[in-house]
Amino acid sequence: MILASGFFEDLFRGLLQGTPPGAVYALIALGFVLTYKTSGVFNLAFGAQAYISAAMYFKAHSVWGWPKWAALLVSVFVLAPLVGLVLERAIFRHLRTASAVSKLVVTIGLSVALPEIFNWAARFSAVAGRQITGIVPDGAGVYYDPFGVYRFNRDELAMMAVALAGTLLLAALFRFTMMGLSMRAVVESPRMTELSGINANRVSAFAWALSSTFAGMAGVLIAPRFNSLSSGDYFTLVIIAVAAAATGLLVSLPRALLGGLGLGWFIAVFNTFLPGLADDHTWLRPFQENLTPSLPFVVLFAILVLWRAVGRQREASDPLAGVDPPPPALAALERHPKLTLFTRLFGVFFVTVVGLVVWFRADVLWMSLVTKAVIIALIYLSVTVITGMGGQISLCQGTFAAIGGFTVFQMADRFNMSVLAAALIGAALAAVVGALLSLPVLRLGGVWLAIATLAFAFFFDAVMVKFSWVGGGSTALLTGTQVPRPLIGPIDFASDRAFLVLAVVALVVVSVVVIQLREGTIGRTLAALRGSEVAAASIGISAARARIVAFAVSAAIAGLGGALLAMHQQNVNYALNFAPVVALFWLVVVVALGARTVEGAIQAGAAFALFEPLILQGELLGWIVRGEERLPEFFPLSGNWRLILFGLMAMQFARHPEGLVEHGKRRSATRINRWLESREARA
Amino acid sequence: MSAPILELRDVEAGYGPFRALFGVSLVVGAGEAVALVGANGAGKTTLARVASGLLAPSAGSVHIDGSETDQGSLSAWRFVQAGVMHAPEGRSVFATLSVQDNLALSFQRAFGRAGLADALDRAYELFPRLGERRGQMAGTLSGGEQRMLSLARVLVESPRLLIADELSLGLAPMVVDQVFETLSHIRATGTALLIVEQQVGHALELCDRAAVLEHGLITWHGPTNEAGAVLESRLFETGATR
Ligand SMILES: Nc1ncnc2c1ncn2[C@@H]1O[C@H](COP(=O)(O)OP(=O)(O)O)[C@@H](O)[C@H]1O
Ligand SMILES: [Mg+2]
Repeated sequence: MILASGFFEDLFRGLLQGTPPGAVYALIALGFVLTYKTSGVFNLAFGAQAYISAAMYFKAHSVWGWPKWAALLVSVFVLAPLVGLVLERAIFRHLRTASAVSKLVVTIGLSVALPEIFNWAARFSAVAGRQITGIVPDGAGVYYDPFGVYRFNRDELAMMAVALAGTLLLAALFRFTMMGLSMRAVVESPRMTELSGINANRVSAFAWALSSTFAGMAGVLIAPRFNSLSSGDYFTLVIIAVAAAATGLLVSLPRALLGGLGLGWFIAVFNTFLPGLADDHTWLRPFQENLTPSLPFVVLFAILVLWRAVGRQREASDPLAGVDPPPPALAALERHPKLTLFTRLFGVFFVTVVGLVVWFRADVLWMSLVTKAVIIALIYLSVTVITGMGGQISLCQGTFAAIGGFTVFQMADRFNMSVLAAALIGAALAAVVGALLSLPVLRLGGVWLAIATLAFAFFFDAVMVKFSWVGGGSTALLTGTQVPRPLIGPIDFASDRAFLVLAVVALVVVSVVVIQLREGTIGRTLAALRGSEVAAASIGISAARARIVAFAVSAAIAGLGGALLAMHQQNVNYALNFAPVVALFWLVVVVALGARTVEGAIQAGAAFALFEPLILQGELLGWIVRGEERLPEFFPLSGNWRLILFGLMAMQFARHPEGLVEHGKRRSATRINRWLESREARA
Repeated sequence: MSAPILELRDVEAGYGPFRALFGVSLVVGAGEAVALVGANGAGKTTLARVASGLLAPSAGSVHIDGSETDQGSLSAWRFVQAGVMHAPEGRSVFATLSVQDNLALSFQRAFGRAGLADALDRAYELFPRLGERRGQMAGTLSGGEQRMLSLARVLVESPRLLIADELSLGLAPMVVDQVFETLSHIRATGTALLIVEQQVGHALELCDRAAVLEHGLITWHGPTNEAGAVLESRLFETGATR
């Protein structure tokens, strides 16, 4: 009896404790749903927007010493809507008729770039250990204890009050105002809304400003709960919001609210009981330690996979989509034969020259950079398979690569196995994991598939890597996840040149496999599916098999690449190479430069590996002006520029969803075609 | 004489690299009714889209009440506010909004909050089926009912110019008769019409002038009483049916 009353008291306390954070989750979920409902954008940059407001609040209040109300006004009610307006005007307005998936890619780019842009523009850097204070006076110091089990502080009361007010405001907006109705109309068809005499641009600008204010408010409210401001925590916050929003299928505001509160309760109750249970049952202990930080991802994954309604949801299509021109064909298809010949020759010439220069002139550093570019290009081919051919976005390619890398590490470390054989095992293992993962997630399709894979990547990151049979545990802490270079008979790939040759051979082999796959049955099936799933099904094409094969092949390619990268660096370097955020980066680079072609992947690999040293460190310019000492003062540029340029690239992608390289190729092809044709006409 | 409501001057338009209209000129004066006929793929829908601001012409200009419209990408709402309404081809309702919300979206802007209830009543009077289904999601209506809904939206407002693209497609013959009756009714109240129709008979009866569109060009243009003979001789090429 005593135990039971203790249990209920604990439960009740857990629920009370979970309510304030749950209220903030609800707030951010409401804003998220609002953006989605009114612009069809699955805004993963929402956390970044929340971060900007929180950082601005910190800067204004703690650094400049403004009063709280002024800091709040500027950060939440001026800056946040302003950011929303700028995003709408500069990016999302042009994307209204783009597919949900290309919008998602843009928001991923923004989620990385926005915090960097703000930090740079405001000269802001997070100070570890210096917490943000809440929005009410003495928020953390005054307590209220209405039920005698849990003491709410003032900050927590403010969280709950603001969430309640925000909810009522939104409900009234949608129920009683013309603006609410117009917002719902704009999501479905901006053109039809215009035909009803309503300025769709104004409506969506308003919606963005409003939802961004929600993001900003949530960002400032939640900040006191973090030890220091970091954009990573805010990215996690948006994942929680996605989980909450998913419970309302992204469209129901009341359910998003409940979802947010529910998550707050669930996490708090979980944290109340699991430590006690783990004390009694030792086998629970590793889970207790690892699962808590990844709880949002596990919940999100479970919701997506177990709740069937999520996968069945389809985007409502714009009845006036017929006004848009059809997407252009691949440039290569409309190229003049002479031009094709010329490009091929130039490509061969360029690769030969670069190869010769690297072979004879490059120092160790450059040799290593080029090798890395080759291996990254190989990994990017895995994106070509799943996104370029299959039209689906996977955000866990880094995880597949990590499986390859860790397999090589484990096999070499434990069994002293040949690393090349281990690399093949790693690729096979990645393929199996990919196929298994594809079974529950493929049914989801579109944006949900991307989010489920993202949840999987974060789960692997938070839980799996910690196990010693994956990430190496204490061995890895002591000596690192070391991986030797391969050795075949007399050839020792410890030589950087030999290893470069190995990497190039692997890249060529994988490229051929990818091209074969594209031209074969699987590739054509995927192409048909990308056109229209319903139409493909009606002529007897089955989606499932081709997609599972594509997923498995893609995972295998990533696994092989991960293994090679680990051998190259003689270390898995998980956090640097394969963490989920890195994989987000990969995806945007490949998709923005061109995911449909093998060249696109290779160019993206080169851009990813070489951009920073070549351009930012000033190596290229140094070579041109002959001498490092003649470089202008501001070199080497900060690595943050990479993130900012990356964001800009994602924005450019918005205008050319076929990929920037592809777009450039088409433009020049059209020009040269015209020139060649006019010459032929004259002759 | 006052300027015509709508004037297209040497309009060229298309989709991406594809051209669908090659220098089309057309005038619709106040209270006038013009029928636009032509084969499938001739460019009738494209012309209607340009005339309602959905599609920006790549050359030439569109004038409303004599003043040239700016060619911002999505400015159809300016056309509507100038009194030019467009009932587009095919399904053209908000599938995720209820029947009532579909109508309210237009009516509240046109008649204000006070006139909303009255306008809704008129729409339901016109199409009682819609009244029975006012709470239903528009996406779950049958094809014919969806047409009624998009028609109700424009017919009740009696704009200054109504551009109607293949109004009767997918409606039962009796409903078609009723629709044309309503059209001649709102014509009588001074609304100008630009009608794109496969059922040429109905359209010619209603209109004063006709224009024949072939391969993106207007190849004939004159009073409807002469149009009959012209169409007869071209019937085969245009594929239009009586
Ligand atoms: N979104 C589009 N993209 C490319 N071509 C289109 C598009 N819409 C229509 N077309 C083409 O433009 C031409 C004219 O079409 P349309 O104006 O719809 O003809 P109509 O209404 O007279 O049947 C046709 O050849 C059609 O194939
Ligand atoms: Mg048509």
